[in-house]
Amino acid sequence: MATTTARAEPARPGAPLPVPAVHVPASSVRGDLRAIKIVWKRELIRFSKDKLRMVTSLVQPFLFLFVLGTGLSRLASAGTHGVDLRTFVYPGVLCMAVLFTAMFSAASLVWDREFGFLREMMVAPVRRSSLVLGKCLGGATVACFQGIIVLCLAGLVGVPYAPALLAEIFVLQLVLAFTITAFGVMVAARIKQIQSFMAVTQMVMMPMYFLSGAIFPVSGLPQWLTILNRLDPMTYAVDPMRRLVFNHLNISAAARRALDPGVTWWGWHVPTLLEAAVVLSIGVVCLAVAIVEFSARE
Amino acid sequence: MNEDAAGGGAVALASAAAAASISVRGLTKSYGEVEAVRGIDFEVAPGEIFGFLGPNGAGKSTTISMLCTLVKPTSGSATVAGFDVNHQRDSVRRNIGLVFQDTTLDTYLTAEQNMRLHAELYGVERELVEPRMRQVLEMVGLWERRRSAVATFSGGMKRRLEIARGLMHSPRVLFLDEPTVGLDPQTRSSIWTYIQELKAAEDITIFLTTHYMDEAEYCQRIAIMDKGVIVVLDTPDALKASVGHDRVMLETDDDDAAIAAIAERFQITARIVEGAVTFGVAAGELFVPRLFAELTVPIRSVSVSRPSLDDVFMSYTGTTIRDAEASAADQRRAATAAFRRGR
Repeated sequence: MATTTARAEPARPGAPLPVPAVHVPASSVRGDLRAIKIVWKRELIRFSKDKLRMVTSLVQPFLFLFVLGTGLSRLASAGTHGVDLRTFVYPGVLCMAVLFTAMFSAASLVWDREFGFLREMMVAPVRRSSLVLGKCLGGATVACFQGIIVLCLAGLVGVPYAPALLAEIFVLQLVLAFTITAFGVMVAARIKQIQSFMAVTQMVMMPMYFLSGAIFPVSGLPQWLTILNRLDPMTYAVDPMRRLVFNHLNISAAARRALDPGVTWWGWHVPTLLEAAVVLSIGVVCLAVAIVEFSARE
Repeated sequence: MNEDAAGGGAVALASAAAAASISVRGLTKSYGEVEAVRGIDFEVAPGEIFGFLGPNGAGKSTTISMLCTLVKPTSGSATVAGFDVNHQRDSVRRNIGLVFQDTTLDTYLTAEQNMRLHAELYGVERELVEPRMRQVLEMVGLWERRRSAVATFSGGMKRRLEIARGLMHSPRVLFLDEPTVGLDPQTRSSIWTYIQELKAAEDITIFLTTHYMDEAEYCQRIAIMDKGVIVVLDTPDALKASVGHDRVMLETDDDDAAIAAIAERFQITARIVEGAVTFGVAAGELFVPRLFAELTVPIRSVSVSRPSLDDVFMSYTGTTIRDAEASAADQRRAATAAFRRGR
């Protein structure tokens, strides 16, 4: 943005410049792409200006990883077969960082409504779907930045910096970030007050996090917990991420079985790609609902 | 009286009908039982500054929202810049600029980022974004401040930036919903300076709403709206002339006795407006000596004023704009209370 405005022209205050008439073109795919891009870009600009948010949203992952992880590892060392508890919870913590940031991005939509900016977007001659998609992609990108910061910590908790591993985890967290933002945007279409939005999302996020297996292995659970775990979308993001991490660890088969049993449906091991597809499809459904909701608004 | 006024409006309608910039036919909007707009007709000629004047709750904002395709009319039709608001929403939107009552800027972003965002949403040709932005920002005197975050702007600067942004895509019709509400008098008058400069510089129709009487005089034509209908529509001068009398305001020792005496002696109905006995009379300054001679109630002060739009509003609606707002608020409260009682 700075490059286009840095032109050194002598200021001519008051003198209207000869500007050819601006003509707003008819709706087109190109116009919608421009709309998606600018809504996405706005999220990034806002995030980059909000240094405080970048720092504060890291507090929770740090607490879980280093305080809870370190503290509990003294209790749990017998059950982890020599694997550092912090290594075990790392994928879950990564997902949490993404979860909170993505939801916060979606919340900005409620702020936009409260402060009126949503109206500026809603009256523009572009499809509502472009606006919603741009918002979701923007939120996903911002959440990914947060994920990358947590990815940088991998070495501190015994997760190797293998390029293939980092790339795979990155893709998975991108999918999760998109889905969570789409979910948040869907909720934001209905809920107009920021307090209510926060209450609803807190109510959803905490159970989602605790049920997902982010802080415990998903096999051998009581049946009620198994059912809830399998219904939790986040399960299908944490599980493949943990599998990827464990693929790169040098640990015993017993430890692998105990800590990374994999998600099963009626005894069948759900493959990694299908798990990612589950997360992505939930995101797509949420996005579709959000688009319908916003398009129905007058 | 009202029918005469409507007839005068119809003449203006017919002359503007040739290539109207805005054309409205039998437009209504109901929210459940409440009829916010109850069938209005009018036309706005290209290049006109057209004002909607009325108290809060008269239906002005609802009308503007329908014309901007933000609210679907319950019945009736309207075209803006030649496009139907019911069936050609996107075409209408491409050709209008909007400045709302409440700010719709992103205060985290700079003025320039807000402008560029708007240009992208409206698909302004890339090579025109920079020069057009400069043109409109210079027009409102904000070019030097373009790199500042909008959060640091005063209320007046924000409003100016919104006007500039509304012009960014060269709309054919600019809608200003209460453009000066909440601003101090000095800033209000500067906003009007910008609007008039804009009118001189661009080929544009301006449609605005206001509930400030003094501002309505900047318009070329005014529609006075009350309780969801257009009471009268004409030029400010014609409206003032139609009142045909001056306003006399008296402070007396006994207002009730004064009103009774005025009715008896001069067959004039006076009423108390803002604490003073008020009535309209032709050639007010000639009437005052008679008043002093014939009225037995002691008079403390007297003022005679030429008709203002306040008087126009009063003569067509029988109430001042301030009282109309108070009663509209009462009605809303009553409606809410009735709703709560479950009736």
